[in-house]
Amino acid sequence: MDASAHSATDTHAKSMTGADIVVSCLNEEKVKFVFGYPGGAVLHIYDALYKQNGFKHILVRHEQAAVHAADAYSRATGDVGVALVTSGPGATNAVTGIATAYMDSIPLVVISGQVPVPAIGMDAFQEVDMVGATRPCVKHNFLVKHVKDIAPTIKKAFYIAKTGRPGPVVVDIPKDITAHVADFIYPKTVEMRSYNPILKGHSGQIKKAVKLLLAAKRPMIYTGGGLVLGNGAAELVKLARALNFPVTNTLMGLGGYPATDRQFVGMLGMHGTYEANMSMQHCDVLLAVGARFDDRVIGNPKHFSSQKRTIIHIDVDPSSISKRVKVDVPIVGDVQSVLSDMNEILAQEENQTTDTADWWTQINEWRGVQSLDYAYSDTVIKPQYVVQKLWEVTKGEAYVTSDVGQHQMWAAQYYKFDKPRRWINSGGLGTMGVGLPYAMGCQFADKNAQVACITGEGSIQMNIQELSTCAQYGLPIKVILLNNRYLGMVRQWQEFFYENRYSESYMDSLPDFVKLAESYGHVGMQITNPADVEGALKEAFDKKDKFVFMNFLTDQTENVFPMVENGKGLSEMVLSPRTASRLKGEE
Amino acid sequence: MRHIISLLMENEAGALSRVAGLFSARGYNIESLTVAVTEDPTLSRMTIVTTGSDDVIEQIIKQLNKLIDVVKVLDLNDGKHIERELMLVKVKATGVHKDEMKRMCDIFRGRIIDVADNSYTIELTGSCSKLDAFIEAIDRSAILETVRTGASGIGRGDRILKV
Repeated sequence: MDASAHSATDTHAKSMTGADIVVSCLNEEKVKFVFGYPGGAVLHIYDALYKQNGFKHILVRHEQAAVHAADAYSRATGDVGVALVTSGPGATNAVTGIATAYMDSIPLVVISGQVPVPAIGMDAFQEVDMVGATRPCVKHNFLVKHVKDIAPTIKKAFYIAKTGRPGPVVVDIPKDITAHVADFIYPKTVEMRSYNPILKGHSGQIKKAVKLLLAAKRPMIYTGGGLVLGNGAAELVKLARALNFPVTNTLMGLGGYPATDRQFVGMLGMHGTYEANMSMQHCDVLLAVGARFDDRVIGNPKHFSSQKRTIIHIDVDPSSISKRVKVDVPIVGDVQSVLSDMNEILAQEENQTTDTADWWTQINEWRGVQSLDYAYSDTVIKPQYVVQKLWEVTKGEAYVTSDVGQHQMWAAQYYKFDKPRRWINSGGLGTMGVGLPYAMGCQFADKNAQVACITGEGSIQMNIQELSTCAQYGLPIKVILLNNRYLGMVRQWQEFFYENRYSESYMDSLPDFVKLAESYGHVGMQITNPADVEGALKEAFDKKDKFVFMNFLTDQTENVFPMVENGKGLSEMVLSPRTASRLKGEE
Repeated sequence: MRHIISLLMENEAGALSRVAGLFSARGYNIESLTVAVTEDPTLSRMTIVTTGSDDVIEQIIKQLNKLIDVVKVLDLNDGKHIERELMLVKVKATGVHKDEMKRMCDIFRGRIIDVADNSYTIELTGSCSKLDAFIEAIDRSAILETVRTGASGIGRGDRILKV
């Protein structure tokens, strides 16, 4: 298949089975963990991995969780995540995980078993066209049809997954070729004429960008997941501090700029802060870094573009530039490299900043709105309060994973992430059920770290079987269940847009989560009184070697504010009734 | 606006479906798509005729470039180019149609490549609009069957798409 992958000539090439080659490739890539689940088509591979001790295999309880855990491992470490699943249902179960990683540009190599080559296309037992099924949600995929192609293909898969705009790569391997024998030669390098991501930004464009930034009156820096994935946070902090510009992060970008820093104006977007959205809307020069102006971030693109501003956009993926919003100065390249070039050019400028005093006065006025203010109650637990206390108890140092819904937004709004790769959530696909397997991936990435999974009673039940995996490996994760007995975000939209018709958004017949956790050998806690929140969190995190499932019974009617409704402009936020009435009172 | 896009891609299984899948997944139009191997057996060349605003075409080119198997993409509309399409038309060749079809075929510089008792099969090459014009020009009721290849395009003179 492959004239382009360079084969190193190795006179000591060892002859081995395809299964041993797969395992050897993973060891060559210095993989530490493979998350997976065995089955017929991968039995040879499972036999081969039994006989090695290079990487550790983590047995999950459902293939979806294997891919999510590998995904979180990658988000937390920056390494390529690896999952191994069998053919047919194993492969299709993995698809949600793969699509989740694809939407957030996470580098994964997913190895799936396939029926033997002669059986392909015969509707064989546990056969599915995995290459066809995953085509729309992978960066690339391969069906390996000959044992000699296994090593060069896996080499390419890792290379493609982690370079350029990262993403998941599927390698589908028929069972028979894992039994065939070939010489094992792992290529040292990969050269592909069809794939050469641009890493170095165009110097002319970068100079132009610096000039524009220095001429700005109302500058704004907006960074996304790309800044975190591209390890550009340190360079960005340097640039932003030198310029004294305000910074906002997207949901995916949280931690890219320290949330406790004076220049940070909070997350922007549908549930962004008032000051972030207003600054984004009214700035005159916008520096976008590793972000893609998506619908949850800028709201209605026409409304956004109605305000004139000059946009500089740094992204490693040319197709992300000028996709939804026309960009004035595109810079294609690796964010870290481009930002470092910008810092160098800025250092050579005579005037290294611009007067932003008036702009900061305006921003501080917007800050005064205090859009994240909520009413503390001493009778019912407010979900925001739990997140705030979690931040305090963990000293802002925890890896925080979330599922999808209201709790995800509260986690993003109230946990102040000062470091990149600490906030792990499904931003693009919005996959309920990621939280627990994500927490597993984080705990494997850093076994001594505090890992909290902020979740809802809807989401947690979508991968609750992983409580068993956590028991098997003794993972001391803390589940923070914000249990409002509703599919909260659905309920919120039904309240706002469907005249309170709560169609199927109520969670009836919930399990006793405490007993459920205990049945797996975990610690279960139920917290109903606001006064107990902080103490319970401290108690849980003091149990350093225990998995603790904390069931917080929270206010059923709480909504996420501010909110930019679908189709509305970014500055047309709905504020919480409390904030709105306070502002009215001040008038 | 109508654009004709040429691309070179690795001649590998599934490469065509990646391009076709991209167009359907992102809701881009395909008027025609042709593909065949080039003089280099490791490369396939594809010609895609599509329509869209400048922004859409820009995205199509970027998205095509993003496919791992795609080596090079060229929007032929960016310069002078030639396009040709082959059409085979089976027409009634009885009564009044017999001479008429022969005459029209000559006018359009087509060739009759199969003669049967009641029909001719005409081979016609040209730009898509020329083939459309032929269909317009002959009596609709005389058409038994048509088959078109879709356009193939190439740049003029020094505009060369090669690895």
